[in-house]
Amino acid sequence: MTESAFVRVLLRVGTWLVLGFLYLPLIILAVYAFNPSRALAWPPPGLTLHWFAETATNPAVRAAFLNSIIAGAAATAIALVLGTLASLAVQRFSFFGRDTIAFALVLPIALPGVITGIALQTTFKTLGLNFGLMTIIIGHATFCVVIAYNNVVARLRRLPRTPEEASADLGADSWLTFRRITMPGMRTALLSGALLSFALSFDEIIVTLFTAGAGTQTIPIWIFTAIQRPTELPVVNVVALVLLLLSVIPVYLAQRIAGETARITR
Amino acid sequence: MSAPNEGRGRRFARWLYPRRRAQLWFLLAAPLLWIVAVYLGSLLILLLNAFWAKDALTNTVTPFDWTLKAVIDIVTKPVYAIVAGRTLLIAVLVTITDAVLAFPIAYYMARVASPRRRGALVVAVLLPLWAAYLVKTFAWRTILQGNGFLSWLLSPFGIPGPGLDELPNAWLVLSYLWLPYMILPIYAGLERIPESLLEASADLGAKAGTTFRRVILPLAFPAVVAGSIFTFSLSLGDYIVPDLVADAKFIGNLIYDNSALGNLPVAAAYSLVPIVIMLVYLVVARRLGAFESL
Repeated sequence: MTESAFVRVLLRVGTWLVLGFLYLPLIILAVYAFNPSRALAWPPPGLTLHWFAETATNPAVRAAFLNSIIAGAAATAIALVLGTLASLAVQRFSFFGRDTIAFALVLPIALPGVITGIALQTTFKTLGLNFGLMTIIIGHATFCVVIAYNNVVARLRRLPRTPEEASADLGADSWLTFRRITMPGMRTALLSGALLSFALSFDEIIVTLFTAGAGTQTIPIWIFTAIQRPTELPVVNVVALVLLLLSVIPVYLAQRIAGETARITR
Repeated sequence: MSAPNEGRGRRFARWLYPRRRAQLWFLLAAPLLWIVAVYLGSLLILLLNAFWAKDALTNTVTPFDWTLKAVIDIVTKPVYAIVAGRTLLIAVLVTITDAVLAFPIAYYMARVASPRRRGALVVAVLLPLWAAYLVKTFAWRTILQGNGFLSWLLSPFGIPGPGLDELPNAWLVLSYLWLPYMILPIYAGLERIPESLLEASADLGAKAGTTFRRVILPLAFPAVVAGSIFTFSLSLGDYIVPDLVADAKFIGNLIYDNSALGNLPVAAAYSLVPIVIMLVYLVVARRLGAFESL
Protein backbone atom coordinates (compact mmCIF):
# COMPACT_ATOMS: atom_id res chain seq x y z
CA MET A 1 0.00 0.00 0.00
CA THR A 2 1.41 3.31 -1.06
CA GLU A 3 -1.48 5.44 0.17
CA SER A 4 -0.94 7.39 3.37
CA ALA A 5 -3.42 7.06 6.23
CA PHE A 6 -4.79 10.52 5.47
CA VAL A 7 -5.44 9.70 1.80
CA ARG A 8 -7.14 6.46 2.79
CA VAL A 9 -9.49 8.29 5.15
CA LEU A 10 -10.31 10.77 2.36
CA LEU A 11 -10.99 7.89 -0.05
CA ARG A 12 -13.24 6.21 2.49
CA VAL A 13 -15.22 9.41 3.02
CA GLY A 14 -15.51 9.93 -0.74
CA THR A 15 -16.73 6.36 -1.19
CA TRP A 16 -19.43 6.77 1.43
CA LEU A 17 -20.56 10.09 -0.04
CA VAL A 18 -20.88 8.59 -3.53
CA LEU A 19 -22.78 5.59 -2.15
CA GLY A 20 -25.09 8.00 -0.31
CA PHE A 21 -25.66 9.91 -3.55
CA LEU A 22 -26.44 6.64 -5.38
CA TYR A 23 -28.85 5.30 -2.78
CA LEU A 24 -30.66 8.36 -1.36
CA PRO A 25 -33.08 8.75 -4.33
CA LEU A 26 -33.89 5.03 -4.22
CA ILE A 27 -34.66 5.16 -0.49
CA ILE A 28 -36.89 8.22 -0.87
CA LEU A 29 -38.75 6.48 -3.67
CA ALA A 30 -39.27 3.38 -1.54
CA VAL A 31 -40.85 5.52 1.18
CA TYR A 32 -43.28 7.13 -1.29
CA ALA A 33 -44.80 3.73 -2.13
CA PHE A 34 -46.43 3.85 1.34
CA ASN A 35 -47.57 7.45 0.97
CA PRO A 36 -51.32 7.78 1.65
CA SER A 37 -51.61 11.09 -0.22
CA ARG A 38 -51.84 11.42 -4.01
CA ALA A 39 -49.45 14.39 -3.85
CA LEU A 40 -45.70 13.88 -3.64
CA ALA A 41 -44.92 16.44 -0.90
CA TRP A 42 -42.05 15.52 1.45
CA PRO A 43 -42.35 14.25 4.15
CA PRO A 44 -45.36 12.00 3.43
CA PRO A 45 -48.25 12.58 5.87
CA GLY A 46 -48.42 8.93 6.96
CA LEU A 47 -47.99 5.34 5.83
CA THR A 48 -50.41 2.98 4.09
CA LEU A 49 -50.49 -0.25 2.10
CA HIS A 50 -53.59 0.86 0.22
CA TRP A 51 -51.91 1.54 -3.15
CA PHE A 52 -50.37 -1.94 -3.38
CA ALA A 53 -53.82 -3.49 -3.75
CA GLU A 54 -54.80 -0.77 -6.21
CA THR A 55 -51.69 -1.48 -8.31
CA ALA A 56 -52.13 -5.26 -8.33
CA THR A 57 -55.53 -4.91 -9.99
CA ASN A 58 -54.67 -2.06 -12.35
CA PRO A 59 -55.36 -3.45 -15.86
CA ALA A 60 -52.99 -1.04 -17.66
CA VAL A 61 -50.09 -2.00 -15.37
CA ARG A 62 -50.77 -5.70 -15.84
CA ALA A 63 -50.98 -5.41 -19.63
CA ALA A 64 -47.78 -3.36 -19.75
CA PHE A 65 -45.99 -5.88 -17.54
CA LEU A 66 -47.04 -8.75 -19.81
CA ASN A 67 -45.92 -6.83 -22.93
CA SER A 68 -42.55 -6.10 -21.34
CA ILE A 69 -42.01 -9.76 -20.49
CA ILE A 70 -42.99 -10.95 -23.98
CA ALA A 71 -40.81 -8.32 -25.67
CA GLY A 72 -37.87 -9.10 -23.38
CA ALA A 73 -38.13 -12.87 -23.92
CA ALA A 74 -38.53 -12.60 -27.70
CA ALA A 75 -35.75 -10.04 -28.16
CA THR A 76 -33.44 -12.11 -25.94
CA ALA A 77 -34.17 -15.28 -27.92
CA ILE A 78 -33.40 -13.57 -31.25
CA ALA A 79 -30.31 -11.94 -29.76
CA LEU A 80 -28.88 -15.19 -28.38
CA VAL A 81 -29.24 -17.05 -31.68
CA LEU A 82 -27.92 -14.28 -33.92
CA GLY A 83 -25.26 -13.10 -31.45
CA THR A 84 -23.88 -16.61 -30.97
CA LEU A 85 -23.76 -17.32 -34.71
CA ALA A 86 -22.01 -14.02 -35.39
CA SER A 87 -19.49 -14.46 -32.58
CA LEU A 88 -18.58 -17.97 -33.78
CA ALA A 89 -18.04 -16.60 -37.30
CA VAL A 90 -15.94 -13.63 -36.18
CA GLN A 91 -13.91 -15.55 -33.61
CA ARG A 92 -13.38 -18.90 -35.35
CA PHE A 93 -12.87 -17.82 -38.97
CA SER A 94 -10.79 -15.25 -40.76
CA PHE A 95 -12.39 -13.74 -43.83
CA PHE A 96 -12.54 -10.58 -45.89
CA GLY A 97 -14.50 -7.84 -44.12
CA ARG A 98 -14.31 -9.42 -40.67
CA ASP A 99 -13.29 -6.20 -38.90
CA THR A 100 -16.02 -4.27 -40.68
CA ILE A 101 -18.64 -6.75 -39.50
CA ALA A 102 -17.26 -6.67 -35.96
CA PHE A 103 -17.53 -2.86 -36.02
CA ALA A 104 -21.04 -2.84 -37.51
CA LEU A 105 -22.12 -5.25 -34.78
CA VAL A 106 -21.34 -2.78 -31.97
CA LEU A 107 -22.83 0.30 -33.69
CA PRO A 108 -26.35 -0.18 -32.24
CA ILE A 109 -25.07 0.46 -28.73
CA ALA A 110 -22.27 2.90 -29.58
CA LEU A 111 -24.63 5.31 -31.34
CA PRO A 112 -27.27 7.06 -29.18
CA GLY A 113 -30.56 5.17 -28.85
CA VAL A 114 -32.51 8.05 -30.35
CA ILE A 115 -30.76 7.33 -33.69
CA THR A 116 -31.73 3.64 -33.61
CA GLY A 117 -35.26 4.71 -32.68
CA ILE A 118 -35.82 7.27 -35.42
CA ALA A 119 -34.08 5.08 -38.04
CA LEU A 120 -36.28 2.06 -37.29
CA GLN A 121 -39.42 4.18 -37.09
CA THR A 122 -38.68 5.75 -40.47
CA THR A 123 -38.08 2.33 -42.00
CA PHE A 124 -41.22 0.77 -40.51
CA LYS A 125 -43.25 3.72 -41.81
CA THR A 126 -41.65 3.48 -45.25
CA LEU A 127 -42.42 -0.25 -45.38
CA GLY A 128 -45.96 0.33 -44.10
CA LEU A 129 -45.58 -2.00 -41.09
CA ASN A 130 -48.14 -1.88 -38.29
CA PHE A 131 -46.65 -0.58 -35.06
CA GLY A 132 -47.08 -2.82 -32.02
CA LEU A 133 -45.39 -5.56 -30.04
CA MET A 134 -43.68 -6.90 -33.19
CA THR A 135 -41.95 -3.61 -33.99
CA ILE A 136 -40.95 -3.22 -30.32
CA ILE A 137 -39.31 -6.65 -30.43
CA ILE A 138 -37.42 -5.85 -33.64
CA GLY A 139 -36.13 -2.62 -32.05
CA HIS A 140 -35.03 -4.33 -28.85
CA ALA A 141 -33.40 -7.21 -30.71
CA THR A 142 -31.10 -4.82 -32.63
CA PHE A 143 -29.28 -3.76 -29.47
CA CYS A 144 -29.71 -7.07 -27.61
CA VAL A 145 -27.82 -8.84 -30.44
CA VAL A 146 -24.83 -6.63 -29.61
CA ILE A 147 -24.99 -7.61 -25.95
CA ALA A 148 -25.15 -11.34 -26.70
CA TYR A 149 -22.42 -11.03 -29.33
CA ASN A 150 -20.09 -9.13 -26.98
CA ASN A 151 -20.52 -11.64 -24.17
CA VAL A 152 -19.98 -14.71 -26.33
CA VAL A 153 -17.13 -13.27 -28.39
CA ALA A 154 -15.24 -12.35 -25.20
CA ARG A 155 -15.68 -15.90 -23.94
CA LEU A 156 -14.62 -17.55 -27.22
CA ARG A 157 -11.46 -15.44 -27.19
CA ARG A 158 -10.50 -16.98 -23.85
CA LEU A 159 -11.57 -20.57 -24.49
CA PRO A 160 -8.68 -22.75 -25.71
CA ARG A 161 -9.09 -24.25 -29.20
CA THR A 162 -7.35 -27.55 -28.38
CA PRO A 163 -10.42 -29.43 -27.00
CA GLU A 164 -12.32 -28.63 -30.22
CA GLU A 165 -9.42 -29.90 -32.31
CA ALA A 166 -9.12 -33.02 -30.15
CA SER A 167 -12.83 -33.65 -30.58
CA ALA A 168 -12.49 -33.39 -34.35
CA ASP A 169 -9.43 -35.66 -34.34
CA LEU A 170 -11.44 -38.25 -32.43
CA GLY A 171 -13.97 -38.28 -35.26
CA ALA A 172 -16.71 -35.96 -34.01
CA ASP A 173 -18.44 -33.88 -36.68
CA SER A 174 -18.94 -30.09 -36.29
CA TRP A 175 -22.39 -30.43 -34.72
CA LEU A 176 -21.24 -32.94 -32.09
CA THR A 177 -18.16 -30.85 -31.31
CA PHE A 178 -20.32 -27.76 -30.96
CA ARG A 179 -22.79 -29.49 -28.66
CA ARG A 180 -20.31 -31.32 -26.44
CA ILE A 181 -17.31 -28.94 -26.38
CA THR A 182 -18.04 -25.40 -27.56
CA MET A 183 -21.53 -25.05 -26.08
CA PRO A 184 -20.61 -26.04 -22.49
CA GLY A 185 -17.71 -23.57 -22.65
CA MET A 186 -20.03 -20.76 -23.73
CA ARG A 187 -22.81 -21.61 -21.29
CA THR A 188 -22.23 -18.92 -18.65
CA ALA A 189 -21.51 -16.31 -21.33
CA LEU A 190 -24.87 -17.11 -22.90
CA LEU A 191 -26.56 -16.88 -19.50
CA SER A 192 -25.09 -13.50 -18.68
CA GLY A 193 -25.82 -12.30 -22.22
CA ALA A 194 -29.43 -13.40 -21.83
CA LEU A 195 -29.71 -11.73 -18.44
CA LEU A 196 -28.31 -8.45 -19.71
CA SER A 197 -30.43 -8.55 -22.88
CA PHE A 198 -33.62 -9.17 -20.98
CA ALA A 199 -32.88 -6.46 -18.43
CA LEU A 200 -32.01 -3.91 -21.13
CA SER A 201 -35.16 -4.72 -23.06
CA PHE A 202 -37.30 -4.58 -19.92
CA ASP A 203 -35.89 -1.12 -19.11
CA GLU A 204 -35.77 0.40 -22.60
CA ILE A 205 -37.73 3.55 -23.47
CA ILE A 206 -35.55 5.73 -25.74
CA VAL A 207 -35.91 3.38 -28.73
CA THR A 208 -39.27 1.94 -27.66
CA LEU A 209 -41.14 5.27 -27.79
CA PHE A 210 -40.28 5.40 -31.51
CA THR A 211 -41.22 1.80 -32.31
CA ALA A 212 -44.25 1.16 -30.09
CA GLY A 213 -47.02 3.03 -31.85
CA ALA A 214 -50.02 4.39 -29.99
CA GLY A 215 -51.76 1.22 -28.80
CA THR A 216 -49.01 -0.80 -27.10
CA GLN A 217 -47.44 -0.02 -23.73
CA THR A 218 -44.45 -1.58 -22.04
CA ILE A 219 -43.74 -0.93 -18.37
CA PRO A 220 -41.34 1.99 -19.05
CA ILE A 221 -43.83 3.57 -21.47
CA TRP A 222 -46.62 3.15 -18.92
CA ILE A 223 -44.49 4.87 -16.25
CA PHE A 224 -43.55 7.64 -18.66
CA THR A 225 -47.19 8.45 -19.43
CA ALA A 226 -48.46 7.91 -15.88
CA ILE A 227 -45.80 10.22 -14.35
CA GLN A 228 -47.45 13.11 -16.14
CA ARG A 229 -50.94 12.32 -14.77
CA PRO A 230 -51.19 13.33 -11.06
CA THR A 231 -53.98 10.83 -10.27
CA GLU A 232 -51.77 7.92 -11.32
CA LEU A 233 -48.79 8.89 -9.13
CA PRO A 234 -49.54 6.56 -6.17
CA VAL A 235 -49.60 3.57 -8.56
CA VAL A 236 -46.36 4.77 -10.17
CA ASN A 237 -44.78 4.83 -6.70
CA VAL A 238 -45.71 1.22 -6.04
CA VAL A 239 -44.62 0.03 -9.50
CA ALA A 240 -41.32 1.84 -8.96
CA LEU A 241 -40.73 0.09 -5.63
CA VAL A 242 -41.59 -3.30 -7.13
CA LEU A 243 -39.17 -2.72 -10.04
CA LEU A 244 -36.52 -1.60 -7.57
CA LEU A 245 -36.92 -4.82 -5.58
CA LEU A 246 -36.96 -6.90 -8.78
CA SER A 247 -33.59 -5.45 -9.84
CA VAL A 248 -32.00 -7.39 -6.97
CA ILE A 249 -32.62 -10.60 -8.96
CA PRO A 250 -30.33 -9.86 -11.94
CA VAL A 251 -27.60 -8.54 -9.63
CA TYR A 252 -27.75 -11.76 -7.62
CA LEU A 253 -27.79 -13.95 -10.74
CA ALA A 254 -24.96 -11.95 -12.34
CA GLN A 255 -22.80 -12.48 -9.26
CA ARG A 256 -23.47 -16.21 -9.31
CA ILE A 257 -22.71 -16.46 -13.02
CA ALA A 258 -19.50 -14.49 -12.49
CA GLY A 259 -18.47 -16.91 -9.74
CA GLU A 260 -19.10 -19.91 -11.98
CA THR A 261 -17.28 -18.25 -14.90
CA ALA A 262 -14.23 -17.68 -12.72
CA ARG A 263 -14.25 -21.40 -11.89
CA ILE A 264 -14.50 -22.48 -15.53
CA THR A 265 -11.90 -20.20 -17.06
CA ARG A 266 -9.39 -20.42 -14.26
CA MET B 1 -35.03 -33.94 -30.72
CA SER B 2 -36.51 -37.00 -32.42
CA ALA B 3 -34.37 -39.62 -34.14
CA PRO B 4 -35.01 -38.88 -37.88
CA ASN B 5 -34.38 -35.18 -37.23
CA GLU B 6 -31.12 -35.99 -35.56
CA GLY B 7 -30.20 -38.15 -38.54
CA ARG B 8 -30.72 -35.28 -40.95
CA GLY B 9 -28.82 -32.91 -38.66
CA ARG B 10 -25.97 -35.40 -38.49
CA ARG B 11 -25.85 -35.81 -42.27
CA PHE B 12 -25.74 -32.03 -42.65
CA ALA B 13 -23.00 -31.77 -40.03
CA ARG B 14 -20.93 -34.41 -41.82
CA TRP B 15 -21.38 -32.66 -45.16
CA LEU B 16 -20.48 -29.34 -43.52
CA TYR B 17 -17.39 -30.56 -41.71
CA PRO B 18 -14.75 -30.31 -44.50
CA ARG B 19 -16.33 -27.18 -46.05
CA ARG B 20 -15.03 -24.08 -44.21
CA ARG B 21 -16.69 -21.61 -46.61
CA ALA B 22 -20.08 -23.26 -46.19
CA GLN B 23 -19.62 -23.29 -42.40
CA LEU B 24 -18.83 -19.60 -42.41
CA TRP B 25 -21.90 -18.76 -44.47
CA PHE B 26 -24.07 -20.98 -42.30
CA LEU B 27 -22.93 -18.98 -39.25
CA LEU B 28 -22.87 -15.55 -40.82
CA ALA B 29 -25.97 -15.47 -43.03
CA ALA B 30 -28.64 -14.78 -40.41
CA PRO B 31 -26.79 -12.22 -38.24
CA LEU B 32 -25.43 -10.47 -41.31
CA LEU B 33 -28.89 -10.26 -42.84
CA TRP B 34 -30.21 -8.83 -39.57
CA ILE B 35 -27.52 -6.24 -39.01
CA VAL B 36 -27.36 -5.16 -42.67
CA ALA B 37 -31.06 -5.31 -43.55
CA VAL B 38 -32.59 -4.16 -40.27
CA TYR B 39 -30.01 -1.86 -38.70
CA LEU B 40 -27.72 -0.51 -41.43
CA GLY B 41 -30.65 -0.52 -43.86
CA SER B 42 -32.67 1.60 -41.47
CA LEU B 43 -29.78 4.01 -41.00
CA LEU B 44 -29.54 4.34 -44.78
CA ILE B 45 -33.27 5.00 -45.15
CA LEU B 46 -33.01 7.61 -42.38
CA LEU B 47 -30.10 9.25 -44.18
CA LEU B 48 -32.03 9.29 -47.47
CA ASN B 49 -35.09 10.84 -45.81
CA ALA B 50 -32.96 13.83 -44.83
CA PHE B 51 -32.63 14.64 -48.53
CA TRP B 52 -36.16 13.82 -49.70
CA ALA B 53 -38.94 16.36 -50.09
CA LYS B 54 -42.01 16.37 -47.87
CA ASP B 55 -45.45 16.87 -49.36
CA ALA B 56 -46.86 19.77 -47.33
CA LEU B 57 -50.44 18.67 -47.95
CA THR B 58 -50.29 14.99 -46.99
CA ASN B 59 -47.33 15.38 -44.61
CA THR B 60 -45.65 12.36 -46.18
CA VAL B 61 -42.17 12.08 -47.64
CA THR B 62 -41.90 11.56 -51.41
CA PRO B 63 -39.03 9.11 -52.02
CA PHE B 64 -36.38 10.11 -54.58
CA ASP B 65 -37.64 13.70 -54.75
CA TRP B 66 -34.26 15.18 -53.85
CA THR B 67 -33.96 18.46 -51.93
CA LEU B 68 -31.60 20.13 -49.46
CA LYS B 69 -34.44 21.94 -47.68
CA ALA B 70 -34.20 20.01 -44.39
CA VAL B 71 -30.42 20.42 -44.18
CA ILE B 72 -30.75 24.15 -44.93
CA ASP B 73 -33.39 24.39 -42.16
CA ILE B 74 -31.01 22.81 -39.66
CA VAL B 75 -28.14 25.09 -40.62
CA THR B 76 -30.05 28.37 -40.86
CA LYS B 77 -32.54 28.17 -37.97
CA PRO B 78 -30.62 29.13 -34.80
CA VAL B 79 -32.66 26.84 -32.52
CA TYR B 80 -30.91 23.76 -33.91
CA ALA B 81 -27.44 25.12 -33.20
CA ILE B 82 -28.47 26.33 -29.73
CA VAL B 83 -29.99 22.97 -28.77
CA ALA B 84 -27.00 21.05 -30.15
CA GLY B 85 -24.67 23.30 -28.14
CA ARG B 86 -26.75 22.86 -24.99
CA THR B 87 -26.82 19.06 -25.37
CA LEU B 88 -23.10 18.90 -26.04
CA LEU B 89 -22.34 21.13 -23.04
CA ILE B 90 -24.42 18.99 -20.66
CA ALA B 91 -22.97 15.75 -22.07
CA VAL B 92 -19.43 17.07 -21.49
CA LEU B 93 -20.27 18.32 -17.99
CA VAL B 94 -21.91 15.01 -17.08
CA THR B 95 -18.85 13.11 -18.29
CA ILE B 96 -16.45 15.29 -16.27
CA THR B 97 -18.66 15.13 -13.17
CA ASP B 98 -18.90 11.35 -13.36
CA ALA B 99 -15.15 10.95 -13.85
CA VAL B 100 -14.49 13.13 -10.79
CA LEU B 101 -17.08 11.34 -8.63
CA ALA B 102 -16.14 7.86 -9.84
CA PHE B 103 -12.38 8.05 -9.35
CA PRO B 104 -12.21 8.06 -5.52
CA ILE B 105 -14.70 5.22 -5.03
CA ALA B 106 -13.14 3.19 -7.88
CA TYR B 107 -9.69 3.77 -6.38
CA TYR B 108 -10.90 2.77 -2.92
CA MET B 109 -12.48 -0.40 -4.33
CA ALA B 110 -9.45 -1.39 -6.38
CA ARG B 111 -6.53 -0.53 -4.12
CA VAL B 112 -7.61 0.05 -0.51
CA ALA B 113 -10.63 -2.09 0.35
CA SER B 114 -10.21 -5.68 1.57
CA PRO B 115 -11.30 -8.35 -0.95
CA ARG B 116 -14.45 -8.98 1.07
CA ARG B 117 -15.44 -5.32 1.19
CA ARG B 118 -14.49 -4.96 -2.48
CA GLY B 119 -17.04 -7.60 -3.42
CA ALA B 120 -19.71 -5.86 -1.37
CA LEU B 121 -18.91 -2.52 -3.01
CA VAL B 122 -19.15 -3.99 -6.52
CA VAL B 123 -22.64 -5.24 -5.67
CA ALA B 124 -23.48 -1.86 -4.10
CA VAL B 125 -22.54 -0.10 -7.36
CA LEU B 126 -24.28 -2.70 -9.55
CA LEU B 127 -27.65 -2.39 -7.79
CA PRO B 128 -28.35 1.24 -8.79
CA LEU B 129 -27.03 0.42 -12.28
CA TRP B 130 -29.60 -2.35 -12.75
CA ALA B 131 -32.45 -0.34 -11.23
CA ALA B 132 -34.83 0.85 -13.94
CA TYR B 133 -33.92 4.07 -15.76
CA LEU B 134 -37.39 5.59 -15.46
CA VAL B 135 -37.64 4.63 -11.80
CA LYS B 136 -34.45 6.56 -11.08
CA THR B 137 -35.58 9.52 -13.17
CA PHE B 138 -38.93 9.51 -11.40
CA ALA B 139 -37.15 9.43 -8.02
CA TRP B 140 -35.33 12.63 -8.97
CA ARG B 141 -38.58 14.23 -10.09
CA THR B 142 -40.01 13.69 -6.62
CA ILE B 143 -36.83 15.07 -5.02
CA LEU B 144 -36.53 18.17 -7.20
CA GLN B 145 -40.17 19.23 -7.47
CA GLY B 146 -41.55 22.28 -5.65
CA ASN B 147 -42.48 20.70 -2.30
CA GLY B 148 -40.22 17.66 -2.61
CA PHE B 149 -37.31 16.36 -0.54
CA LEU B 150 -34.81 18.99 -1.65
CA SER B 151 -36.97 21.98 -0.84
CA TRP B 152 -37.77 20.35 2.55
CA LEU B 153 -34.02 19.99 3.12
CA LEU B 154 -33.33 23.57 2.08
CA SER B 155 -36.32 25.21 3.81
CA PRO B 156 -34.53 25.83 7.18
CA PHE B 157 -32.07 28.02 5.23
CA GLY B 158 -34.86 29.89 3.47
CA ILE B 159 -33.75 28.63 0.03
CA PRO B 160 -36.56 27.45 -2.28
CA GLY B 161 -36.30 24.10 -4.09
CA PRO B 162 -35.26 24.10 -7.73
CA GLY B 163 -38.55 22.94 -9.26
CA LEU B 164 -38.70 20.93 -12.48
CA ASP B 165 -37.74 23.50 -15.10
CA GLU B 166 -34.06 24.23 -14.46
CA LEU B 167 -31.38 23.10 -16.93
CA PRO B 168 -28.87 22.16 -14.16
CA ASN B 169 -31.38 19.47 -13.10
CA ALA B 170 -30.62 17.63 -16.35
CA TRP B 171 -26.89 17.78 -15.55
CA LEU B 172 -27.50 16.46 -12.02
CA VAL B 173 -29.86 13.63 -12.99
CA LEU B 174 -27.85 12.46 -16.01
CA SER B 175 -24.69 12.45 -13.84
CA TYR B 176 -26.57 10.33 -11.32
CA LEU B 177 -27.89 7.90 -13.94
CA TRP B 178 -24.58 7.17 -15.66
CA LEU B 179 -22.24 7.28 -12.63
CA PRO B 180 -22.08 3.46 -12.18
CA TYR B 181 -21.13 3.13 -15.89
CA MET B 182 -18.05 5.25 -15.09
CA ILE B 183 -17.17 3.62 -11.74
CA LEU B 184 -16.96 0.05 -13.06
CA PRO B 185 -14.51 0.57 -15.97
CA ILE B 186 -12.25 2.79 -13.82
CA TYR B 187 -12.32 0.18 -11.06
CA ALA B 188 -11.37 -2.54 -13.55
CA GLY B 189 -8.64 -0.34 -15.02
CA LEU B 190 -7.12 0.47 -11.63
CA GLU B 191 -7.26 -3.15 -10.57
CA ARG B 192 -5.22 -4.18 -13.61
CA ILE B 193 -2.26 -1.98 -12.63
CA PRO B 194 0.41 -4.33 -11.25
CA GLU B 195 1.49 -3.62 -7.68
CA SER B 196 5.13 -4.08 -8.78
CA LEU B 197 4.97 -0.89 -10.90
CA LEU B 198 4.00 1.16 -7.85
CA GLU B 199 6.73 -0.46 -5.77
CA ALA B 200 9.26 0.26 -8.52
CA SER B 201 8.16 3.89 -8.59
CA ALA B 202 8.55 4.14 -4.81
CA ASP B 203 11.94 2.40 -4.94
CA LEU B 204 13.11 4.95 -7.48
CA GLY B 205 12.31 7.67 -4.97
CA ALA B 206 8.91 8.90 -6.11
CA LYS B 207 6.59 10.23 -3.42
CA ALA B 208 3.02 8.89 -3.31
CA GLY B 209 1.72 11.98 -5.14
CA THR B 210 4.29 11.61 -7.91
CA THR B 211 3.51 7.92 -8.33
CA PHE B 212 -0.16 8.79 -8.60
CA ARG B 213 0.41 11.49 -11.22
CA ARG B 214 3.10 9.75 -13.26
CA VAL B 215 2.13 6.06 -13.00
CA ILE B 216 -1.44 5.47 -11.84
CA LEU B 217 -3.19 8.30 -13.66
CA PRO B 218 -1.69 7.61 -17.12
CA LEU B 219 -2.38 3.88 -16.77
CA ALA B 220 -5.97 4.47 -15.65
CA PHE B 221 -6.73 7.11 -18.28
CA PRO B 222 -7.87 4.70 -21.05
CA ALA B 223 -10.38 3.26 -18.56
CA VAL B 224 -11.74 6.75 -17.86
CA VAL B 225 -12.13 7.30 -21.62
CA ALA B 226 -13.86 3.91 -21.91
CA GLY B 227 -16.33 4.93 -19.20
CA SER B 228 -16.80 8.30 -20.86
CA ILE B 229 -18.10 6.61 -24.02
CA PHE B 230 -21.13 5.50 -21.99
CA THR B 231 -21.68 8.73 -20.05
CA PHE B 232 -21.21 10.89 -23.16
CA SER B 233 -23.20 8.82 -25.64
CA LEU B 234 -26.07 8.14 -23.26
CA SER B 235 -26.32 11.84 -22.31
CA LEU B 236 -26.07 12.97 -25.93
CA GLY B 237 -29.03 10.86 -27.02
CA ASP B 238 -31.28 11.28 -23.99
CA TYR B 239 -34.60 13.05 -24.47
CA ILE B 240 -36.58 11.71 -21.49
CA VAL B 241 -34.54 13.25 -18.64
CA PRO B 242 -34.41 16.79 -20.09
CA ASP B 243 -38.16 16.61 -20.63
CA LEU B 244 -39.07 15.16 -17.22
CA VAL B 245 -36.75 17.05 -14.84
CA ALA B 246 -35.59 20.18 -16.67
CA ASP B 247 -38.36 21.04 -19.14
CA ALA B 248 -35.51 21.59 -21.62
CA LYS B 249 -35.02 20.53 -25.23
CA PHE B 250 -32.06 18.37 -26.18
CA ILE B 251 -31.09 17.05 -29.63
CA GLY B 252 -33.23 13.97 -29.05
CA ASN B 253 -36.29 16.07 -28.19
CA LEU B 254 -36.12 18.00 -31.46
CA ILE B 255 -35.71 14.73 -33.38
CA TYR B 256 -38.68 13.20 -31.55
CA ASP B 257 -40.88 16.31 -31.84
CA ASN B 258 -40.16 16.80 -35.55
CA SER B 259 -40.88 13.15 -36.24
CA ALA B 260 -44.10 13.28 -34.22
CA LEU B 261 -45.21 16.37 -36.18
CA GLY B 262 -44.59 14.49 -39.42
CA ASN B 263 -41.53 16.54 -40.32
CA LEU B 264 -39.40 13.49 -40.99
CA PRO B 265 -36.76 15.10 -43.26
CA VAL B 266 -35.80 17.61 -40.55
CA ALA B 267 -35.74 14.88 -37.89
CA ALA B 268 -33.54 12.76 -40.16
CA ALA B 269 -31.21 15.62 -41.05
CA TYR B 270 -30.80 16.59 -37.40
CA SER B 271 -29.98 12.94 -36.52
CA LEU B 272 -26.78 13.38 -38.49
CA VAL B 273 -25.51 15.75 -35.78
CA PRO B 274 -25.26 13.16 -32.94
CA ILE B 275 -24.10 10.48 -35.40
CA VAL B 276 -21.18 12.64 -36.55
CA ILE B 277 -20.34 13.75 -32.98
CA MET B 278 -20.37 10.15 -31.76
CA LEU B 279 -18.27 8.82 -34.66
CA VAL B 280 -15.64 11.51 -33.99
CA TYR B 281 -15.77 10.66 -30.28
CA LEU B 282 -15.31 6.94 -30.99
CA VAL B 283 -12.34 7.57 -33.29
CA VAL B 284 -10.65 9.76 -30.65
CA ALA B 285 -11.47 7.25 -27.87
CA ARG B 286 -9.99 4.45 -29.94
CA ARG B 287 -6.73 6.40 -30.43
CA LEU B 288 -6.57 6.96 -26.66
CA GLY B 289 -6.69 3.18 -26.17
CA ALA B 290 -10.17 3.07 -24.68
CA PHE B 291 -11.33 0.05 -26.68
CA GLU B 292 -8.79 -2.23 -24.98
CA SER B 293 -10.26 -1.20 -21.59
CA LEU B 294 -13.88 -1.93 -22.43
